Amino acid sequence: MANLRDIRRRIKSVKNTSQITKAMQMVAATKMRRAQQSAIALRPYAGRLDDMAAHIYAHVGKDEVTHPLLQKRDVSGKTAVVVLTSEKGLCGPLNTNLMRDVLKNDDPSRVYVTVGRKGRQVLIRLKKNVIADFELNASPTFTDSKAISRFLLERFEKKEFDAVEIYYNRFINTLSQVPSRHPLVPIGAETLQVAKALGAAEHASNVAPKSEDRAKSDGPYNFEPDTLELLSKLLPYYVHLELYSKILESRASEHSARMVAMKSATDNAKQLVKDLTLEYNKARQASITNEILEISTAAMMMDQ
Amino acid sequence: MATLKLEIITPESKIFDDNVDEVLLPGSEGDMGILPKHENLVTDLKAGELRYKRNGQVETLAIGEGFAEITGDSVAVLTDAAVREADIDVQVAEEAVKRAEELLKSNTLEGEELEATQAALARSLAQIHIKRRHRG
Repeated sequence: MANLRDIRRRIKSVKNTSQITKAMQMVAATKMRRAQQSAIALRPYAGRLDDMAAHIYAHVGKDEVTHPLLQKRDVSGKTAVVVLTSEKGLCGPLNTNLMRDVLKNDDPSRVYVTVGRKGRQVLIRLKKNVIADFELNASPTFTDSKAISRFLLERFEKKEFDAVEIYYNRFINTLSQVPSRHPLVPIGAETLQVAKALGAAEHASNVAPKSEDRAKSDGPYNFEPDTLELLSKLLPYYVHLELYSKILESRASEHSARMVAMKSATDNAKQLVKDLTLEYNKARQASITNEILEISTAAMMMDQ
Repeated sequence: MATLKLEIITPESKIFDDNVDEVLLPGSEGDMGILPKHENLVTDLKAGELRYKRNGQVETLAIGEGFAEITGDSVAVLTDAAVREADIDVQVAEEAVKRAEELLKSNTLEGEELEATQAALARSLAQIHIKRRHRG
């Protein structure tokens, strides 16, 4: 009857596993909500930053502004690629899909900056040119992310590379995350617009009466120090902000992917328990039938 | 009496949003006091202490570097981090200072690490400074 005991043991272990995956699913759901909340909390800041940039632009005129961060360099130049992956696995095909995208666009002139263990493992195994690796804790702060963007900006200024791109998992909804590429430096119209879109949501929701007030007080602005110096301090913040928002987004993606992966693991475990229980009952019934057969045979022998 | 609407916003949250009588900002070119009907101004801030007077009471926050937008009736402060005086834990801040100083002394840092450590040191020092003065 070893078979019966084996099945029983398996059922128990599968049940245990399903409890763990169930717990992980719950945790991931909470973390995902938190990551989404931080992304929303970013909006007022982004909106204000845009306001300030707009005031400065209104003063100097967009065409006069020449800043190294805004200028496109030679297209054939080196590109630094920031790869945002998760620290932990168990989140379905999320990291694999992203890395496939990264490697598809790989060429020898690219240098890599990895954020997250999974991306680092792949790139180092393939002996790619990884110039820096950053680790972020479970809830990265703006200061954490700023360390990364500042590193990138410094190297960019020293012309060690001529452009920076981010690869990250874009959060569409809980069920789908899409590996995406986003140019970070030089700051293109796209980045300025993204911050604008982030800010617009905030403006639409609660600043309607205030913007009237502001229109009243909207006189000429003074700047201290002068506009160009201020702008050169402000522009890096677009990069800091952009990277931070992408980090938050890939966090939200990671947690929702993990939640979905863990949900299907739990469902699978449940199905497995069902199947095993059926098998167990069949085996049990078979053994009982056997026993009855034996007993009745023995009884018949006695009767004779 | 005219008041200023003071908003202090970090990328993580909106720390403060209320009407105040007076604000003192740590501008990059020196501290500046802002009263209602100030002329419109955009400026950048260094890590230091921000003070405001609300209903006659002065309160203090430690802020990181950032920017401020000032109009006649509002002050919007964008900063990396802001901590209320009441929330400052001197011991934690002192330990942070010690750590940062040791790191700086050991000279093993370079580039972005160095700058990040220096910024952390400035922030912690500002926090301790605020607490000390108000306690003594």
